[in-house]
Amino acid sequence: MSKELIRLVNCQMAFDDEIVLDDINLYFNDKEFLTLLGPSGCGKTTTLRIIGGFLKPTNGDVLFDGERINDVPPHKRKVNTVFQKYALFPHLDVYENVAFGLRIAKLSEDEIDERVTDMLEIVSLKGFENRKVSQLSGGQQQRVAIARALVNRPKVLLLDEPLGALDLRLRKDMQNELKRIQQAMGITFIYVTHDQEEALSMSDTVVVMDKGRIQQIGTPEDIYNEPKNAFVADFIGESNILDGVMLEDRLVKFFGRKFKCVDAGFEKNEPVDVVIRPEDIDIVPPDDGHLCGTVTSVTFKGVHYDTIVDFKGFKWLIQTTDFHEVGSYIGIRLEPEDIHIMHKSEYSGMFGDYSSYSAEYDEMDDPELYLEGEPDEAEDSAEGGEDEE
Amino acid sequence: MKRFNKIFTVVVLFFLYIPMIVLAVASFNSGMDIAVFKGFTFDNYSELFRDSVLLPLLLNSVIVAVLSSFIATVLGSAAAIGIHSMGPRLRRFTMGVTNIPLTNPEIVTGVSLALLFAFVGTMMKINNILGFMTLLIAHITFNLPYVILSVMPKLQQMDPHLEEAAMDLGCTPVQAFFKVVIHEITPGIVSGALMAFTMSLDDFVISYFVYGPKFVTLPVEIYNYTKKPLQPKIYALFTLLFAAILLVMVLMNLLQVRDMKRNRENRRAFRRKQVNV
Repeated sequence: MSKELIRLVNCQMAFDDEIVLDDINLYFNDKEFLTLLGPSGCGKTTTLRIIGGFLKPTNGDVLFDGERINDVPPHKRKVNTVFQKYALFPHLDVYENVAFGLRIAKLSEDEIDERVTDMLEIVSLKGFENRKVSQLSGGQQQRVAIARALVNRPKVLLLDEPLGALDLRLRKDMQNELKRIQQAMGITFIYVTHDQEEALSMSDTVVVMDKGRIQQIGTPEDIYNEPKNAFVADFIGESNILDGVMLEDRLVKFFGRKFKCVDAGFEKNEPVDVVIRPEDIDIVPPDDGHLCGTVTSVTFKGVHYDTIVDFKGFKWLIQTTDFHEVGSYIGIRLEPEDIHIMHKSEYSGMFGDYSSYSAEYDEMDDPELYLEGEPDEAEDSAEGGEDEE
Repeated sequence: MKRFNKIFTVVVLFFLYIPMIVLAVASFNSGMDIAVFKGFTFDNYSELFRDSVLLPLLLNSVIVAVLSSFIATVLGSAAAIGIHSMGPRLRRFTMGVTNIPLTNPEIVTGVSLALLFAFVGTMMKINNILGFMTLLIAHITFNLPYVILSVMPKLQQMDPHLEEAAMDLGCTPVQAFFKVVIHEITPGIVSGALMAFTMSLDDFVISYFVYGPKFVTLPVEIYNYTKKPLQPKIYALFTLLFAAILLVMVLMNLLQVRDMKRNRENRRAFRRKQVNV
C-alpha cells in the first residue's frame, strides 16, 4: 500500500439533470483492496464505470498515475473489469474467453497458452479449458470472468457486485478466494457492493456512499467503530441511534441521564447522535441497570437473540446470547467504550429506532421509505412512542 | 371437439395447398389439357431446361435476389445496431417508421418508386433510367425492414455488457462488433437475409413498375406469358420455384427451432445451476 494510482478530482455525473455523483474526491492506492459500499442508486457503480472508461464525468477529472484520462477510451486503459453478470462470451469456450484479451493484444501463441494455463490454475479451473461457458456453474463462470480480466495483468481490477448472483455459501468461499487472488497478484482491486459484511471482511479501505456523495472513508474497523453519521452507523451493521447532548468532553446526556464516554472535541452542550451497537449492551437485573425497560420481542438468530426492549417508548435492539422472555423487565449497563458520539447530520433521526422493527433486517434497499419520516421523529418517539411505518 | 379441430386443420391446409398440388400434378402431365391427366412425364422439365428465354430470366431473378438481399442485410444490420443504440423514445419512433413500408400496399410502393426514378432521371437527364440499377434499388428498399425486424430482437436479447467487456479487454468498438456482437446476432442476420432473398425472388408488383426492357426478371416475364395460353413448361418452372421457396422456408424454421432449443437448454442449465450451488 504505497503510491497513489488513481484519483478522482471533483467528479460530478449527471444524467438528464439528475445528479448521480456529486463532487466526488477519492484516491486509490497501488495494491489496495478498496470497496465502494452503499445502497442501490448511491453512485457506486457509476464511479466504477467512470474509472473503467464507460462513462465520462460531467465535471471533474480522472487521473491515472498523475495523468488525466477523462478522454481515454476503455480499450486503452490499464484497467480491467469483472461485470455484474460476468458478460462471458457465449460463442467461445473457457480457454478462448480467457485468451480473448491476449489475442487482441496479438501476443504469440506460446505466451497466450502459458498465461491462460497459469491463470486457469490460479482460479482453480484447470481441466475446464474446452467447456462451453453455458455448461459452467455460477461460481465457475465467476472465476472465468476474473481470469479473463486478470490474465491481461491490469494495474487495477474493477469488480461490479461480482458475487451478487451467487448464494450465501458460495459467496463466502469466493470472498476468501478473491482476497487470496488479490494478494497473490499484488494489484489494486476496486470492489463495488451493497453487502456491508462483504465490504468489512475483504477490504483494506471502505468508502461508504449514499445519494452520490461519499459519507465516510476508512478502514473496516474505523467505519464500524467510529461511524461519522447516522447513515453509516445504520448501514454498517445494526445501531441504536439516540438524541443526546454533549455536556463536556467525555460526558454525554441522553434519556435524562449522564453517561461517561470516550469521545471529545465537541462544543459544550452540542446536540449529538449517540450510537450504541446492539452487541455491546449488557443486560443486568433491573436494580443494577442504568436504564430499565420491557422486552417486547425476541427473535432467534442462531448465534444470538435479537431482543427488542422498550425504554420509555423508544425501542432498542439488543443482541445477546441469553434468552429474555417477552414481557420481562430488565436493566442494561453501558460502559464508556460502548457509546459512540457523532455530530448531527442530514441523516439524524432517520435511522436507529427499532419501533418499527420486524424480524427481517432492514437492508436499506429502499431509503425513500425512511426519508418520508420526519427528521425529528426519533426525538419525539423517545417520549411519545410513535410507531413509524 | 378434438376430432373437429383436426378435420378443420386438414381442410384449411387442403385449400391452402390445393392450387400448388394442381400445378405440380399438371407439370408432370403429358397431355396439354389441365383437366385430364394423360400420363406421367418429365418432358415439361427437360423442355424448360432447354428453354433459352426463361432460364436467363431465372438467372436475372436470382442475381437481383442475391445482390439485393446481401446489400439489404448489410445495411439493415447496421441500421438495427444504430436504432438499438438510440434512446427509447427515438427508437420507438424509428421502428414505427421502419414498419410502415411493410404494411404499405406494394402497388403504392411500386408507383412511388417509379415516380422517384422518373424524377431523378429527368433531373440527371438520363433517358431510360429504368433498368438493372432501379430494380436493384427497389428490391433493397423493400427488403430493408425485414432485415431490421429480424436483427432487432437479437440485439435486445443480448447482454448489453458483452460489448463493454470486449472493449474492456482491448477491443476497439469495431473489433468488439466483429469479435463478439456479430456472433450474438448471427441467427437474426441469417433469417433476415433468407427472408429478404425469398421476398426479392418472387416479387412482381414492385418490380413491374421499376424494371426496364433490358433487364427483366422471371415473375415479370411470366405475367406477360399469362396473357396467352400457358405452356406446360411454365408449370414445371412454378413447381420448381415453389419447391425452392419451400426449402428456404423450412431451412429458416429449422434454424429458429435450433436457436430456441439452445436458448431453452441454456435456461434449463442455468436453473439447474441455481438449484445445485
